[in-house]
Amino acid sequence: MSHIYEEYDVAVIGAGHAGCEAALACARLSLKTIIFTIAMDSIALMPCNPNIGGTSKGHLVREIDALGGEMGKNIDKTYIQSRMLNLSKGPAVHSLRAQADKKDYSARMRQVLENTPNLTLKQAEITELIIENNIIKGVKTYSGAIYPCKAAIICSGTYLNARCIYGETVSETGPDGLQSAVYLTDSLKKLGVEMFRFKTGTPARIDKRTIDFTKMEEQKGDEKIVPFSFTNKPEDIKKDQVSCWLTYTTPKTHEIVRDNIDRSPLYSGNIKGTGARYCPSIEDKIVKFPDKERHQVFIEPEGNYTNEMYISGLSTSLPEDVQVRMYRSVPGLENSNIVRNAYAIEYDCINPSQLKPTLEFKNIEGLFSAGQFNGSSGYEEAAAQGLIAGINAAMKLLKKEPLVIDRSQAYIGVLIDDLITKETIEPYRMMTSRAEYRLLLRQDNADLRLTKIGYRVGLIDENRYKALVKKEKAIEEEKKRLESTVIGANKEVQMLLTSLNSTPLNTATTLADLIRRPELNYQMLEPIDSNREYLPDDVIEQININIKYEGYILRQERQVIQHKKLENKRIPEDFDYSKVLSLRIEARQKLEKYRPVSIGQASRISGVSPADISVLMVYLMQHNSRKYANNINQ
Amino acid sequence: MNTDTIAAIATGIGGGISIIRISGDDAFNTIDKIYKSKNKDKILSKEKSHTIHYGFIVDEEEVIDEVMVAIMRAPSTYTREDVVEINCHGGVVVTMKILDLIIKQGIRLAEPGEFTKRAFLNGRIDLSQAEAVCDIINAKNDIALKNSLSQLKGREFEIINSLRKSILRDIAYIEAGLDDPEHISLDGFSNDLDLSIDKYCNRIEKLISSSKKGKLIREGIRTVILGKPNAGKSTLLNLLVKEDRAIVTDIAGTTRDTLEETVQLNELTLNIVDTAGIRCTEDIVERIGVEKAVKMANEADLIIYVLDSSTPLDENDQTIFSLIKEKKAILLLNKSDLKTIISEKDIRNKSSHPVIVTSFAQHKGIDELEYLIKDMFFKGDISFNDDIFITNERHIEAFRATLEALNMVKLSIKNCMPEDFYSIDLMTAYEALGRIIGENVEEDLINMIFSEFCMGK
Repeated sequence: MSHIYEEYDVAVIGAGHAGCEAALACARLSLKTIIFTIAMDSIALMPCNPNIGGTSKGHLVREIDALGGEMGKNIDKTYIQSRMLNLSKGPAVHSLRAQADKKDYSARMRQVLENTPNLTLKQAEITELIIENNIIKGVKTYSGAIYPCKAAIICSGTYLNARCIYGETVSETGPDGLQSAVYLTDSLKKLGVEMFRFKTGTPARIDKRTIDFTKMEEQKGDEKIVPFSFTNKPEDIKKDQVSCWLTYTTPKTHEIVRDNIDRSPLYSGNIKGTGARYCPSIEDKIVKFPDKERHQVFIEPEGNYTNEMYISGLSTSLPEDVQVRMYRSVPGLENSNIVRNAYAIEYDCINPSQLKPTLEFKNIEGLFSAGQFNGSSGYEEAAAQGLIAGINAAMKLLKKEPLVIDRSQAYIGVLIDDLITKETIEPYRMMTSRAEYRLLLRQDNADLRLTKIGYRVGLIDENRYKALVKKEKAIEEEKKRLESTVIGANKEVQMLLTSLNSTPLNTATTLADLIRRPELNYQMLEPIDSNREYLPDDVIEQININIKYEGYILRQERQVIQHKKLENKRIPEDFDYSKVLSLRIEARQKLEKYRPVSIGQASRISGVSPADISVLMVYLMQHNSRKYANNINQ
Repeated sequence: MNTDTIAAIATGIGGGISIIRISGDDAFNTIDKIYKSKNKDKILSKEKSHTIHYGFIVDEEEVIDEVMVAIMRAPSTYTREDVVEINCHGGVVVTMKILDLIIKQGIRLAEPGEFTKRAFLNGRIDLSQAEAVCDIINAKNDIALKNSLSQLKGREFEIINSLRKSILRDIAYIEAGLDDPEHISLDGFSNDLDLSIDKYCNRIEKLISSSKKGKLIREGIRTVILGKPNAGKSTLLNLLVKEDRAIVTDIAGTTRDTLEETVQLNELTLNIVDTAGIRCTEDIVERIGVEKAVKMANEADLIIYVLDSSTPLDENDQTIFSLIKEKKAILLLNKSDLKTIISEKDIRNKSSHPVIVTSFAQHKGIDELEYLIKDMFFKGDISFNDDIFITNERHIEAFRATLEALNMVKLSIKNCMPEDFYSIDLMTAYEALGRIIGENVEEDLINMIFSEFCMGK
């Protein structure tokens, strides 16, 4: 029997990484929020890799934090190893990654949710959306309970019609054997939502006691830790770290995989979903790169209170008996016992081109979505979308300006723009190469880029905002001082330069010019900079980067100006492409389907040529002028 | 779609005066770099709007032309952007040289109809003209398509394509290493890249230098008429010019004393230089003229040697024969209406070049000459020494941009910048080459990364 509960402002469906951020954002913005999960013990679950961050994903986490999200704080509390990757490369690609204690991570996030005012948690499977006149009115659970709401955010992850497969073994479950959600897809299809079927996979977990680590290379965490959250200082979160281990596949491994390839559901046709090229199974690696003699295998702990070890690099959907032999062919794993088998998982998600940049459905008012349901992959990608969907659901109900982050402002902007604009053919993973303004979108300046926005939205408090403004000022003032402080070629200076393997001066120069030398930095010049006042490390970091890479940064900023000009040319929501006869048919169809919000977005849709864009701009001018004329006439 | 600064020749080439228009934010900066007033004290960007100034266009120290420059500030201009218009002398060579110089300052060559398009988009032109603008834009694509198809056949296309592929692979390698540092190491890659870039630059420089020659096709095949005095050289010039074909322009060359005419033979353009008659002389002034003619002949793409069949061959003819031995040449045995002393056979014995018997007085042999020139060109006999020729100014600009970007990468390598800085400029190079063959960048990189490099957990 159906029964109706009290009304909520926002209903969040799913409590994974996207759902948690979405629900927290709404509740923190004072909206009455309810979050549904199929299992209370699976809040912020990490069913695949036991880490947060990594290249470009680390950027996302820093950005989530800068906007007032939770992920960065949560991993800072529950990490067991932390590393900054790519330190030998430029600052734009330095990427933070931390191994998480999975259980802790999930428990701590649950605690935050449970203690957030305005937020109700409910274990229930949502089976149906209640929509009237294309507006969301409520959600219905498996038991028939109806929860009226003004907005809903779907964050169903990999649970929709999920199916786990290895070899000939198939189970109709979500990740980690959890119950799947088998009704919501039908409800969405009835509403005319276009669905995709994607696939991902995870490697086996192996009992630590059966691994011989002496045959592997140890990988320790960094001595000097950088927290994910801008609210934490390194010393606040310092702790003893655990190690990861590196080993390699052998010719034997490759032989086992090749001999059994016909038993892999990927190649037998038992898996229909599209997988991500970024997360290839070992079968894929060996078939696609037959010349590669060995592949790296990283052994990562799943937490402090378990012996389970995650076998990164060896994800597979081969049958159980092949898995055992395959893993045991790797040095150090000869006697290993598998605790959980590797498997591939198939699930339903949507074609994200149906979403607006706010992550609201174009055709269903008040319905938002985020995470793997939108065709992405990864915890961080999910959390970033969850935060933006949550903020925008809140902005809508609070009747405030929606939050749309541009490609030139954040990886989050790139992520969402790519999802809604580019043809999605596989689970979307963030990569630094996708960010065209990468040099400006560094993990070190996420706060400078986004915290003001977080403050405007209402997720950043006054203190944090003031600290940011102070930081900005300190950077600017010190940069000015360095540009104008002239250093003469005196003995002290020459001696310092010589001792630092830097060419002595011919004439006087500024401190800034010395910092520009590749072999020097701000800190090294302290002995010859007597007027220097104490500055915190994060300010010094910005000064070094801004001065050293000034030329490149300026060039990127100029590119951004060009880009912005097109982004600022808005296309009205009611624009009728069928009237634009000069558009090529393919372009017209694409534009009708995607309904881009700006000329800039339109120009990124595949199949829309620069000539189509010119034509569109001309008609847009016409359209706007007519509208203007009509308004005057009325 | 860009809103950067653009430049183009705004008048048809070959009028008495040509106007080069620059429009956009950098228009004034650019003219400041290449304009000198008579007293060298005027800076145009500081002058009042809608004023015109006398002066010179200079490339470093070299004066290119004497000009009038109009400066107009936004928004009261055709495009509603800052506009500079250079009125120059109208010769093809000089006009192109000035345009070249502007493009070298980083200004983009405007696409056909782009000034009008900007004028429209910036609200300058009435809405009723919208359709017309769309037509221009659409037509432009057809032309561009035809152009790129006809100009980039076979080998050229292959060279550009393979260059792009190599560059993309370099980028993909760097990006794969950045996105998956634990699986793909970039150690030592900068040395390899430095060497590869030298190779790329080398090939592009070759393409640019051949494209300069290619430009001659549009600007004209440099044709020099040689012969002894009174052989009929000027008559030939007049005949070619006076046929009902358009005279494109007179060009006063750098020497200011040799007249150059441009003649259109269907799709071919001939830049014909009439030289002083060649004869051995003690007269110093005349000798300078002869030396000049010899120099011209050496630089020519095609020589037309006019012989007077009514006078015997002498040592002057011998000089000319040896002069044209290694060159592309056509021999005209003129004055066939008079009593001939030299026969066609005599000439054929002395030279392997084609011979046509003509009578300029009776208009005989002119059609044959034209036919032969076209035939030689299309058979590739007149080949500009290199079989790659790119005539499109846009292509040359794209090559230059590619080269510039590659040099930036080299600079980054030299300065020990980290690898992620290389890919910024490599991408610029890749995109610039893509403009030539009209290909989109979009998903290329991501696809290349995944197809070439094994990455991921």
